[in-house]
Amino acid sequence: MSMLSGIAAATLSKDLRLEWRSKDAINSMLFFALLVVVIFSFSFNPTAEESRRIAGGLVWVAFLFAAVVALNQTWARELRNQVLDAYRVSPAPANALFLAKAFGNFIFVSVLEALMTPLFIVFYSLRALGPVWQLIPVAVLGTWALVVNGTFFAAMSLRTRSREIMLPLLLFPISIPALLAMVEATSAILTGEVSAKFWIVLLVAYDVVFTTGCLLLFETVLHAE
Amino acid sequence: MVPSDSERFQHGYRPPVIVINDLVKHFGRFAALRGLTASFDAARIYTILGDNGAGKTTLLRALAGLVRPTRGCISVLGTTDLSSVRPQFGYMAHPSLLYDEMNGMENLRYFARLYGIEDDQRCSKTIARVGLDPELRRPIGQYSQGMRQRMSLARALLHDPKIFLLDEPFSNVDVSSAREMVKLLAEMRDTGKTILVVTHQAQLLEGAADEYVRMQAGQIVDRTLELQPLRSPWQGQDPHPGGAEER
Repeated sequence: MSMLSGIAAATLSKDLRLEWRSKDAINSMLFFALLVVVIFSFSFNPTAEESRRIAGGLVWVAFLFAAVVALNQTWARELRNQVLDAYRVSPAPANALFLAKAFGNFIFVSVLEALMTPLFIVFYSLRALGPVWQLIPVAVLGTWALVVNGTFFAAMSLRTRSREIMLPLLLFPISIPALLAMVEATSAILTGEVSAKFWIVLLVAYDVVFTTGCLLLFETVLHAE
Repeated sequence: MVPSDSERFQHGYRPPVIVINDLVKHFGRFAALRGLTASFDAARIYTILGDNGAGKTTLLRALAGLVRPTRGCISVLGTTDLSSVRPQFGYMAHPSLLYDEMNGMENLRYFARLYGIEDDQRCSKTIARVGLDPELRRPIGQYSQGMRQRMSLARALLHDPKIFLLDEPFSNVDVSSAREMVKLLAEMRDTGKTILVVTHQAQLLEGAADEYVRMQAGQIVDRTLELQPLRSPWQGQDPHPGGAEER
């Protein structure tokens, strides 16, 4: 195993262990997403047809807001006892840390999605009219789009005084193209009226561009004062 | 007095491990280091003393590559590219640099991986070396402050670096444990390691330290082979004479 993948695997396993013990991120994410589902279901009383049209937006906005909670937690535990300094003085590559954090967040948000999707289906009486299997690439690519930028911008806002506020301010504008693609692709699949292919290709392109950009810039962010 | 560089050379000394030239570090308008020039040799323990705000911690952080100098140059083991000599630093800060939710062995196992060390035996031996039990399953968060300091030292020792940068390693450690730590540092010095210890408890290092480096207002003001009696801070000493902290 190369040094990068070995260190990334060790860091990911450490993060999963810490989360398993503290459950800081997953509990707050789940509670937040649950609140959004329940409040929206009380606020609107859509028909099945209307549900199919608005569910894409509702689902992804709920996941985006909930993901921000996890993204803030990711780096917060590295600041306690200044553990991040121990990583910075080590010869470990910066990108191993970034990839581990991004994959960790991907797992946390995926768990959230897996738990919340059945609730969305029940609360909004959802039944897809298009090819349901396409929701899998949309979910995978969309989740990666959220966490890769989220992990990067959470690291960037690490040393700012109000980082909880700073993260959404940085993340939401840059996530608009991805969010648009996720919402449109999900709506297209649920209504079955148009093909979701274009939006899926857009998500692939977005992920490639931003993953590359984040990997190129992360070392500078990690060692910034 | 400490011998000059030319005297050291004549007596067969090896070139210094750390050479600092005109090091300046500003945090905004505050000058933490003000034109510091010094060199540190292999196989010696340096005790760095000074009042709060004298620049001791900033000096260690600059050497470890954690803060970028505003001006000046640091050369370590013959190179100014500090990132290339990162494996040669054992850094211990005032906070523990450990994860509170994991036990000592889990912490060390993780940090060992960062240095490409896969050997769990080495982690166990290092924990035992600082006088702790590798089998202890309690998370670090439930350790006493002294145990945490010793585990932090174990983390710094783990990858067998050539240079140790230790910031207040004895704070909240009981005297007998501190003496054990000093003994360990002396053993490491005897194997050729360079050890820089920032401390307010210099007496603990008497007999082990090779040199005492006194800092004031971001500069080294004195280097002695014996521990000099401390001047009382109540004698009206201004750590930043002439308002020098402001650029």
